[in-house]
Amino acid sequence: MTQPPPPALEARGVNKWFGANHANRDVSLAVPKGTIHGVIGENGAGKSTIMSIVYGYLPADSGEILVDGRPVSVKSPRDALAVGIGMVHQHFMLVDPFTVIENVLLGAEGGVTLAAGRDRARKELIHLAREYGLEVDLDRPVGELPVGAQQRVEILKALYRGADILILDEPTGVLTPQETDHLFRILRALREQGKTIIIITHKLREIMELTDNVTVMHRGEVVANVRTAGTSREQLAELMVGRKVLLRVEKTPANPGPVVLSVEGLRVCDRSGVERVKGVGFTVRAGEIVGIAGVSGNGQSELLEALAGMRPIAAGTVRLRGEDLAGRPGLFNARALRRLHVGHVPEDRQRVGLVTSFEAQECAILGYHDEAVYNGRVLMDRAAILSRCESEMEAYDVRPRDPTLRAANFSGGNQQKIVLAREMERNPDLLLVGQPTRGVDIGAIEFIHKRLVALRDQGKAILLVSVELDEILSLSDRILVMFDGHLVGEVTPEQADERRLGLMMAGAA
Amino acid sequence: MDDILILALLLIDATIRVATPLVLAAFAGLYCERAGVVDIGLEGKMLAGAFFAAAVAYSTGSPWLGLLAAIAASVTLALVHGFACITHHGNQVVSGMAINILVAGLAPTLAYAWFKQGGQTPLLPGEARLPQIRLPGVEALSPIPVIGPIYRELIDDTNVLIWLTLLVVIVTHWVLTRSRFGLRLRAVGESPAAVDTAGLSVTKLRYQAVILTGVLTGMAGAYLSTAHGAGFVRDMTAGKGYLALAALIFGKWRPWPTLFACLLFAFTDAVQVRLQGVPLPIVGVIPVQFIQMLPYVLTVLLLAGFVGKAIAPKASGIPYVKER
Repeated sequence: MTQPPPPALEARGVNKWFGANHANRDVSLAVPKGTIHGVIGENGAGKSTIMSIVYGYLPADSGEILVDGRPVSVKSPRDALAVGIGMVHQHFMLVDPFTVIENVLLGAEGGVTLAAGRDRARKELIHLAREYGLEVDLDRPVGELPVGAQQRVEILKALYRGADILILDEPTGVLTPQETDHLFRILRALREQGKTIIIITHKLREIMELTDNVTVMHRGEVVANVRTAGTSREQLAELMVGRKVLLRVEKTPANPGPVVLSVEGLRVCDRSGVERVKGVGFTVRAGEIVGIAGVSGNGQSELLEALAGMRPIAAGTVRLRGEDLAGRPGLFNARALRRLHVGHVPEDRQRVGLVTSFEAQECAILGYHDEAVYNGRVLMDRAAILSRCESEMEAYDVRPRDPTLRAANFSGGNQQKIVLAREMERNPDLLLVGQPTRGVDIGAIEFIHKRLVALRDQGKAILLVSVELDEILSLSDRILVMFDGHLVGEVTPEQADERRLGLMMAGAA
Repeated sequence: MDDILILALLLIDATIRVATPLVLAAFAGLYCERAGVVDIGLEGKMLAGAFFAAAVAYSTGSPWLGLLAAIAASVTLALVHGFACITHHGNQVVSGMAINILVAGLAPTLAYAWFKQGGQTPLLPGEARLPQIRLPGVEALSPIPVIGPIYRELIDDTNVLIWLTLLVVIVTHWVLTRSRFGLRLRAVGESPAAVDTAGLSVTKLRYQAVILTGVLTGMAGAYLSTAHGAGFVRDMTAGKGYLALAALIFGKWRPWPTLFACLLFAFTDAVQVRLQGVPLPIVGVIPVQFIQMLPYVLTVLLLAGFVGKAIAPKASGIPYVKER
């Protein structure tokens, strides 16, 4: 009787603490050779930590790593590369001004001078490109390449160093659907050639589409190792979050009231003076969610920012409850709009929505800090601010529940909850929301979606901008599609399907 | 005709002599800044080099031992800077400034303790200074027009450190663009995380860079006190470290443009010396203080307006801390 071949990569009983935080708790997993293996879990579940340990980027506190059945000591990325483990990080580890070849050579130059190694690398890279569909322009600086190509450079780097096991950390977060398809083709081609692929993600659809086996992590522990074919999205979501999750938002039909926001012929320019919103008109009524769909960069961001008073409008009218605000700078700015009960959840929470070096309680009153309740005669009323933040954290289940923790130290989902709580708990008549669940894990997405629907049911008007089609489809009562600065169509979610919307978003329908 | 040629040659000769310490210091800065370590302590390291070169050369009679002492002192200070900034992630500007202040006080104090001459070293005798290189054939070539004077005034009788500096420029260009070390050095200044994940040590590379910085500032200091001058005097660097930093920025952290910037600064300095007390058309004699301002005014103007966008190495000034 022949022994089954040992797994290409195995972790046994790995533990890792960050201070008091037990980030990896007896993590064990085995990845058979020549398979694509998914590792899923919410943010902070410890999936990136275990992979950083495997790659030698972080030391484990206990446990062992085996490659092809033999224990290995991986103390640095150099050791990992030596035993054939390569990693593609979520944030690319590339030197922007360097050409593709120089990036591939870095650390594997093959001699004191560059000339010889450069020629060999060129030959090898052309070979790899042909074999796996990893085409990139070798002599362009990587900073000039699109994101998808930069990712291919990272894969080339690993393969050039002879990696047999390739770890990809959240590889699709920054890719367009087409680039994602391209990546998946590459990964399947690599599997054909006997390479072993590990992909860390929180996107269930990708797991189902691509992987052979899945390891599910929750709060630092492995909660399941399953064959992809024998599971479902719903089951994985439940394992990830530790409870049943609704992947589809439950809501009743909208009951629209009077018009709250009415926009006509709105034109907005970006900082370099290029017109990005080219004359759009629409209305948002009380008690409905209007979703604006579109591929990122078609003017939605500028539209949202203009309506929030963050960006001057070049032409057009903006009426709030019938009152024209355009051309009245005293009323049409971010600060005045807040007083007119317009809430704004910006697309970029870290840059615009929060001051990441501020404490959570300070972030909880940003933009409302001049309200009388938070101010004494001279100094701010710390107790009032603290209690406000505590009650918001309670209501939105922000973890850890520590108002004095700096905003930067919360996970993406919890940062977003801080912003949402700030804007929604003040009962705005109109809420402008941009990318409410970008980079937010699945449990928090469910929560945020429920909250938005609840606000709608209270009779508030909501304008939602999102590049996630799923989100637009499940939340919106009406969907507007934006392409190249124009609104190119309006549909209801019942009429819309992803294909039809996709065509409209591409300007083809 | 010949007079004009001689005048031009003398001006170029002066430019080169003034430019040499600037070039050495600017290239010192180039190594560490391309590796991501900002160093405004060039001034202090140069001054330390100048003092130790003169002191040791005077005590031993050997300019070569002086040069070694200058390099040792300067490298020591560079390692202090490295320890603060690389090992302990300290603020690079603060550390550099601390070194400048430390040396500005320490060098004259030590000089006073050793030589009791009011913070200076004694005047160096000729054999304790770094030698000029005499080339053969000056007599034979002299009568030839143009080439003769160029050879006689410019190339012959040039200090050994000037030749070394020329070598430094060429080697630096080659190292940066063609060598493995250069590739890694540039990478660590742009994206230390990429270097780390490629299995290389960010710390080691940055230490190598600051040591090179120390070697070159040591040479620059030795040039000031044992080649260009004949002894150490208080504050003899007179802002050259900062000027070198300005030249480095003006040269956008690249070898040849940086060399050009140093030569430009040195040229205005040479012109400045020539213009002192000379009546100019229309304006007459300009007070000497205004003439002496020329190189510095030029620096400010160039940095303020004419550089265009100077893009520093991206990770310059940022300590590398591993992310979780």
